[in-house]
Amino acid sequence: MKINGSKILIECLKKEGIKHIYGYPGGVVLNIFDHLYDEKSMELTLTRHEQAAVHAADGYARASGKVGVAIVTSGPGATNTVTGIATAYMDSIPLVVFSGQVPTMLIGNDAFQEADIVGITRPCTKHNYLVKDVKDLAKTIREAFHIASTGRPGPVLIDLPKDVTTGMAEFVWPKHVNIRSYNPTYHGNRWMIKQSIQMISKAKKPVIMAGGGVILSGASKELKELAEKAKIPVTMTMMGLGGFPGTHKLSMGMLGMHGTYYANRAIQGSDLIIGIGVRFDDRVTGRTESFAPDAKVIHIDIDPTSIRKNVDVDLPVVGDVRNVLTDLLAEMKKHKEQWGAVRSSWLKQIDRWKKERPLEYRFDKKIIKPEFVVEKIYEVTKGKAIICTEVGQNQMWAAQYYKYDKPRTWLSSGGLGTMGYGFPAAIGAQMACPDETVFDIAGDGSIQMNIQELATAVINKLPVKIAILNNRFLGMVRQWQELFFNERYAHTDLDVTPDFVKLAEAYGAVGLRATTPDEVVPVLKESLKVKDKPVMMDFVVDWKSKVYPMVPAGAAIDEMIFDEEKKKPEKKLRTVK
Amino acid sequence: MKHTISVLVENKFGVLSRVSGLFSGRGFNIESLSVGETIDPAVSLMTIITSGDDRIVEQITKQLNKLIDIIKVVDFMEIDHVERELVLIKVSPRKTDKAEFLKIAEIFRGRIIDSGTQTFTVEITGDEKKIAAFIELIKPYGIKEFVRTGKVAIAREGLKKK
Ligand SMILES: Cc1ncc(C[n+]2csc(CCOP(=O)(O)OP(=O)(O)O)c2C)c(N)n1
Repeated sequence: MKINGSKILIECLKKEGIKHIYGYPGGVVLNIFDHLYDEKSMELTLTRHEQAAVHAADGYARASGKVGVAIVTSGPGATNTVTGIATAYMDSIPLVVFSGQVPTMLIGNDAFQEADIVGITRPCTKHNYLVKDVKDLAKTIREAFHIASTGRPGPVLIDLPKDVTTGMAEFVWPKHVNIRSYNPTYHGNRWMIKQSIQMISKAKKPVIMAGGGVILSGASKELKELAEKAKIPVTMTMMGLGGFPGTHKLSMGMLGMHGTYYANRAIQGSDLIIGIGVRFDDRVTGRTESFAPDAKVIHIDIDPTSIRKNVDVDLPVVGDVRNVLTDLLAEMKKHKEQWGAVRSSWLKQIDRWKKERPLEYRFDKKIIKPEFVVEKIYEVTKGKAIICTEVGQNQMWAAQYYKYDKPRTWLSSGGLGTMGYGFPAAIGAQMACPDETVFDIAGDGSIQMNIQELATAVINKLPVKIAILNNRFLGMVRQWQELFFNERYAHTDLDVTPDFVKLAEAYGAVGLRATTPDEVVPVLKESLKVKDKPVMMDFVVDWKSKVYPMVPAGAAIDEMIFDEEKKKPEKKLRTVK
Repeated sequence: MKHTISVLVENKFGVLSRVSGLFSGRGFNIESLSVGETIDPAVSLMTIITSGDDRIVEQITKQLNKLIDIIKVVDFMEIDHVERELVLIKVSPRKTDKAEFLKIAEIFRGRIIDSGTQTFTVEITGDEKKIAAFIELIKPYGIKEFVRTGKVAIAREGLKKK
């Protein structure tokens, strides 16, 4: 029996087990939405902006490990998704985004609401398709989900001309996907794995650097086993947070530009770096020529292009991180070495570094320090919440002062650094994990980039907690201006910000505010009581707080600057209401 | 260092822009690019001449391999191969120089494929060196138009590693 393309699309989504879709309607996707309206097996969540639909699908994917799905209309609907798609692409998040398109016979005619979205998203998708014939639809969708979720995951876009979704065809779900030109390497080379055991056993000062690949491949257990067995301290990239327990004795927290003193020192002092599911991005390596000068590098990653892109690698192992670690652990069992003995002085050295300069900030009785808010969020949620973030100082404090013990509990735009990501991602995460507490740790700038999603959260009764670290500035940029631009605060002063409490109330959400440190915990506790609507908390924090340690751009990662403000004469730049 | 890279791709629309977009988006250099169908009409072959140090060329081949529609990537740097390019040149020698010009063309096994009252069009194929030498020699005769296909390459029998 022939059915129309919209029904085929829905049948395909059923086959893929899709329960949640995020979207926004428009002319050329009307018929898809019309069919979805009656569909009981999946729910379409209407966001208030297409960018947010993609971020929500992304948050859903990061929290659940499944593929996120979004559907939008052609032209402006499609172009509005670009930031969301690029965000997912940079962080390797599996998404399938469907965009409507004008009918095939009008393509290229500058038709109403036509945009070449396949052309526009080519460099920020793992792959994309324009379906020209309804007969190809099911096969294309099957391929798209396969490509998005296998190998190094990523977003895939499918452009659907109106005549394809209205045209009729038999629904045939291909049993297998067979793409001759797409064969990711899942298993690491045996010889390379043997070789890496040799290097690990010889190393006196090894460090594991774990990245987002650990989370994407579900390798936390294996990573923990490796670290414990071979007594290797672990540092995580921002994308890797939660991949190894933040409270573990061997954890050194995050490394890089705002990494811990001890993680950065350990990297620079190490004789072996085992990079696992990382891409040695510039925020992590600092000046690459001076990165880990004495270390050999083992690099395990599924994407061969990550290897030797930024730093030299002595031993590359291409493969799925979890498979490689499993093989590596099996191989290790054959060796009788006492891994612990040789490491004790190295581990002691790291403990000394930990004591020398722990993460710290100056508490103040009168003014709320932003770090204090994050610490208290950690305490009231007992470290068990899913934390989403915006971008800027809020993101870095959330990375530093919350300890992530489990994978998929830290959702943040790493590669692209997209302000406005956190809140819609929190919406997706809350839908993926209805029983978890989901926070968006936000800045007063970023939250305004997708604040309209309060409506989405209210109507869907999602108890997402938004904690705005309100410093009345685009704080991270202001920090750079203070440190490197003579305190000239060019266009970073958000003089007019809305009253977030009233704004929340206007949307039908709960608004709360804390202006002194002793109000912080009561406000947080109050927010946790709310179970059926979002809570927006306005924490009026010290506008002068900066994120430390900091590695200035272009410096080596052990050339860190710390909070030396005490020494400076107090400067009055701006009175804060 | 110049590299000749041959890329076997699915013959689908948009593949060329995926490849050229990769080069422009990542700041890789394309010196020449030629594309044509293979014996299997579902597959095309691109020959790309690019340059860069080892690390860049390694990235180029890896990034090409990563594109979904690309079936196979071969860097001829490591392989014994032959390369050819075809060039069409329109020349307008003075009457007195005509004979000499035709002689040079003959030496290089150029073929005159069109001639008029003012000009000759000569077709020449060869590797980079031969073509460069020919162009150098005929420059004085007045080159009016000049068009080249870009290089194509093929491995010698047995795909021997150099
Ligand atoms: C969409 C977008 N535009 C601009 C930037 C550049 N940027 C990075 S951090 C930042 C300031 C963020 O301010 P806010 O959200 O108030 O957070 P804070 O740093 O104060 O915590 C800006 C503008 C960005 N990352 N994303």
